[in-house]
Amino acid sequence: MGHITLKNVSKAFGETVVIPGLDLEINEGEFVVFVGPSGCGKSTLLRLIAGLEDISGGAINIAGQDMTNVGPAKRGLSMVFQSYALYPHMSVRKNIAFPLKMAGESQEVIDKKIADASRVLNLTDYLDRKPGQLSGGQRQRVAIGRAIVRSPQAFLFDEPLSNLDAALRVNMRLEISELHQQLKTTMIYVTHDQVEAMTMADKIVVLHAGRVEQVGSPLELYHKPQNRFVAGFIGSPAMNFFEGDLAKEYDCHAIGVRPEHLRLSTDEGKWEGTVGIAEHLGSDTFVHIDVPGQHSVLVRVPGDIAVKYGDKVFMTPDADTMHRFDGKGLHL
Amino acid sequence: MATTQTKTAARFMMSPAILLLLGWMIIPLSMTIWFSFQRYNLLMPGTEEWAGWLNYRYFLTDPAFFSAMANTLLLVGGVLFVTVVGGVLFGLLLDQAIYGQGIVRILVIAPFFVMPTVSALVWKNMFMNPVNGLFAWIAKLFGFAPFDFLAHAPLFSVTMIVAWSWLPFATLILLTALQSLDSEQKEAAEMDGAGPVSVFIYITLPHLARAITVVVLIETIFLLSVFAEILVTTNGGPGYDSTNLTYLVYSQALLTFDVGGASAGGIIAVILANIVAVFLVRIVGKNLES
Amino acid sequence: MARQITQRRKLFFTALAWTLGMLIFFPILWTILTSFKTESEAIASPPSLFFFSWTLENYTEVMERSNYFRFFMNSVVISVGSTLLGLLIAVPAAWSMAFSPSRHTKNILMWILSTKMLPPVGVLVPIYLIFRDYGLLDTRTGLVIVMTLINLPIIIWMLYTYFKEIPGEILEAARMDGASLAKEIIYVLTPMAIPGIASTMLLNVILAWNEAFWTLNLTAAKAAPLTAFIASYSSPEGLFYAKLSAASTMAIAPILIMGWFSQKQLVRGLTFGAVK
Repeated sequence: MGHITLKNVSKAFGETVVIPGLDLEINEGEFVVFVGPSGCGKSTLLRLIAGLEDISGGAINIAGQDMTNVGPAKRGLSMVFQSYALYPHMSVRKNIAFPLKMAGESQEVIDKKIADASRVLNLTDYLDRKPGQLSGGQRQRVAIGRAIVRSPQAFLFDEPLSNLDAALRVNMRLEISELHQQLKTTMIYVTHDQVEAMTMADKIVVLHAGRVEQVGSPLELYHKPQNRFVAGFIGSPAMNFFEGDLAKEYDCHAIGVRPEHLRLSTDEGKWEGTVGIAEHLGSDTFVHIDVPGQHSVLVRVPGDIAVKYGDKVFMTPDADTMHRFDGKGLHL
Repeated sequence: MATTQTKTAARFMMSPAILLLLGWMIIPLSMTIWFSFQRYNLLMPGTEEWAGWLNYRYFLTDPAFFSAMANTLLLVGGVLFVTVVGGVLFGLLLDQAIYGQGIVRILVIAPFFVMPTVSALVWKNMFMNPVNGLFAWIAKLFGFAPFDFLAHAPLFSVTMIVAWSWLPFATLILLTALQSLDSEQKEAAEMDGAGPVSVFIYITLPHLARAITVVVLIETIFLLSVFAEILVTTNGGPGYDSTNLTYLVYSQALLTFDVGGASAGGIIAVILANIVAVFLVRIVGKNLES
Repeated sequence: MARQITQRRKLFFTALAWTLGMLIFFPILWTILTSFKTESEAIASPPSLFFFSWTLENYTEVMERSNYFRFFMNSVVISVGSTLLGLLIAVPAAWSMAFSPSRHTKNILMWILSTKMLPPVGVLVPIYLIFRDYGLLDTRTGLVIVMTLINLPIIIWMLYTYFKEIPGEILEAARMDGASLAKEIIYVLTPMAIPGIASTMLLNVILAWNEAFWTLNLTAAKAAPLTAFIASYSSPEGLFYAKLSAASTMAIAPILIMGWFSQKQLVRGLTFGAVK
């Protein structure tokens, strides 16, 4: 049940290799997030699992069965699309009923499942509306409703929140997490937003150019990134990297320090710089500091710090949380 | 979207359309090419023989061919001029805030839906007729002698009739293009100090350029083949004064039954149309990429 | 003050647009009015616009004398028949090109467009001879075939541009929901495509109804549609203005009404999606 295994899965469109060969285990009931910059192959990977694209090589196993050559309809998976892909000519009720109708369920079962799903998703009052009459968040919920009524082996989400505004996105994020806690079904979630990945996932798969850079829990990735790419991609604001002389001192090609792991002082410290822009968020302040010979360095400090543009300041890295990388970008 | 199963289904579903069009294009066209090198007259069966370039030589040296070519170009050019200029003006007018815009629009596009034989006969008899036509009455009203349009200005008259039918097409397309012009662009230009004339020249006209090109090319394709209007008004006459290439080929084929000569003329018409088609296909193709 | 100028400007443009619009429309209006006059009123000088004794006798006479109904039915059969046949061939083709494009799709579309540019005189002779030899001259079947083929490119293109607007994700969603290819087409694609298919149909009926090259050249008495029927008035008979007008009004009325409904689609259909 719900266990998905990819063995040496590869995908090429003509000459262009998108995924060069990839192994992955997804356990029953896990919430797995594929994250990476755009063009990294995360959506393609999801579509390969869904069966919407043929794989060029390797094998896909879902719930103990080889599904490599099985069409999308028969894999027992549900998908929520980025555009929600609701059927515009059908009411909400009919949208949700569609997969059940395709599966040949009786009207009784259909009615019951719709009632259950619409209660869970707060859609009861909207069942007879058309998708065009719903707000973005409501459409999102209909798409989820259509996915859950099939009781699939696993849910696939393809950047489902990217069309929502910021406030709604936070809300839906919680709702989807909540849903996962209730259903305990395997979920695979694709996003380019590392905040979504960190907040929702049991397990994050960081992808870059079709390759898996690292697999692990959110905190594993945060504390023990295996390479410079993961270190830079996970965590917000992003990690500061220092190269050259500063790094040589620590016997490596580059060092990385997260903005929250730099101590800022106006009197003394290891590195010296000039304050650029300070972004006051209230609880925190992000201070951009120009260090000679380096990119601008970002430091995250408590909200009420008194520095202003052009001040001279000092920074000291926290030795325990500093990351060292070799010339190939691997963590030392 | 692209699994092998859907791909195979797609090929299979496309094939009838492609085979039919391929057949429609290749079979008759190659027959025309073959006939164009034959001495072949339906009135003299059994005398068919290879004629080489003879048909082309006859056709291309026939004075009728030259007047037909000239008439074709004048007809196409004249209609294009009237419809594009008129279309831009009507488009601009209908793009203004006016009362009953929808109704005016309906009135203006109506001629496009009138079948060519009707429009030609209505114009010929009820307007251009020198005795009972409305134009004759208007002329008399102002003390002029009625003018026999179809006898003395046959090509001009046909051009006007065809232009009346195609003005709606140009108007409709140019109006659609005008309405897709982002009003913020115009407002930005006005903020930058451009007057209405400058806005038209620097903003509106460039925006319309593409639509105008499309109108010109598509109309040309259809106008090269104007036929019914000539058949029911002037029969190509007097003499060859209003015979275009299409009508000339028709009269060779179905009036004198000269299959060889008509085929040679047909091939020349195909070549002519292809020159226009190349440009049109390129423009539409560009659009397909975006 | 600005409002006043705007208001005056609006009135001015309204007057101008209505005047010019009426001028363009006048020949049609005049034909319709004349069809209700007697023959002598039709050529009366000065002509009267509305104040004449309205009569329907031209209509009854045209109907009785010329077997109008047969011509009308020929037009209906040819235009509707060729449109339905064309849709039957074009829907699957447009579907595949819109939803399962390959490297060649663009070239195929361009080639389909180019077949529309073949001038009819280029193939007039062979088509005439083939039709003569296979007994298709002056038959509805023959004309349905020709109309289908000449309008097939436009049908395919229009459908293609409409299908293109249906997001592929929706069809994928149906596939994920367990729909087979057939069910995907029946339950999802067709209902979403119906508006597009309907307007394609409408425009195509209009084009086929008004087509006047092949209908004039390939028909005589039996299968002649209204275009050919009206052309028969080019003889001196056309000088009976009231009857000519009645026959013309009957020939254009249905299409005029359909045309007004299809104005938006017209642009798209006739420009192959180049102007929207």
